[in-house]
Amino acid sequence: MDVVNQMQRQFVDYSTSLHREGILDDQFTQLQKLQDENSPDFVVEVASLFFEDCEKLINNMARALEQQGVDFKQVDASVHQLKGSSSSIGAVQVKNVCIAFRSFCEAQNREGCLRCLQQVTHEYSLLKNKLQTLFRLEQQILAAGGSIPVIE
Amino acid sequence: MAADSEFHVLAVDDSIIDRKLIERLLKTSSFQVTTVDSGSKALEFLGLHEDDGIINTNTPSVSPNNHQWCLQEVEVNLVITDYCMPGMTGYDLLKKIKESSSLKNIPVVIMSSENVPSRISRCLEEGAEEFLLKPVRLSDLNKLRPHMLKTKIKDHQEPEKQDKEEKQQQPQSNNNNRKAMEEGISTEKIRPRLNGITAMV
Repeated sequence: MDVVNQMQRQFVDYSTSLHREGILDDQFTQLQKLQDENSPDFVVEVASLFFEDCEKLINNMARALEQQGVDFKQVDASVHQLKGSSSSIGAVQVKNVCIAFRSFCEAQNREGCLRCLQQVTHEYSLLKNKLQTLFRLEQQILAAGGSIPVIE
Repeated sequence: MAADSEFHVLAVDDSIIDRKLIERLLKTSSFQVTTVDSGSKALEFLGLHEDDGIINTNTPSVSPNNHQWCLQEVEVNLVITDYCMPGMTGYDLLKKIKESSSLKNIPVVIMSSENVPSRISRCLEEGAEEFLLKPVRLSDLNKLRPHMLKTKIKDHQEPEKQDKEEKQQQPQSNNNNRKAMEEGISTEKIRPRLNGITAMV
């Protein structure tokens, strides 16, 4: 049981740090609250969908920005989608970059857009790593027969 | 009567993540859920085709209940839709539902990630019951049940209404008979007087 307690504490600490670092916001906590016996893998499922969606959208943006005549409306549409998804999952840093990104799209500023694309790719990778670590910690707790602590 | 405790919500959103989220939120709130990824699919599910919409509403036998036109014989008690969708927006979907005599009683709720006052008032004016800001919370869904209950009460009152309106049914039957009369015009040459009388009874 000590081992489980230790793992649970580790999980809570890690989760809290993600919030403190501003990587995740309260929306992620809301998702965790929606997970129950009826839907035990809900958060992992949503996160997986988000990762897939992110990669697809980032690729779309990169391709659109590579064009000779950049279709900023198209880029903006992808950014808008990414902003929505990141907001729904609580990926606040990704969302914030999207907000800046949209301004550059509106201004048809290719350089600004490319910078944002770089930033969004970075934030996304960071988030993916952190979430995968968090999910690993969860799995360890469950494997040891413990339950995932609810974080308020 | 007890069977009416299950409400069925049709959720419309082009984002797969948001569909998953709203489905979980709705199920957690004990609603039955169907999710679709576009306004046109929503209309299909509701039994209304974009092009057929106008034709359907002219048919006199349409009942206030939406059973009539559901392909799957499923009653939808509320439609919750995203505003920003490619093709048919949530607003377009709202309009189509409210313009349809078979569907207009279904409460519609709009969701949007953008807080635009003019957008909100436009939707409310068009007949949306609520406008929810994304990301939608569990507490937001508490606002939905009253709207669905209102419709259920309406549905149960309909049979009484129809009894009272039986006397007023003549205008309706006149509509039917106008059609018959138009058809009868071609047979007037065969039985001119009799046709005219029977049509008005």
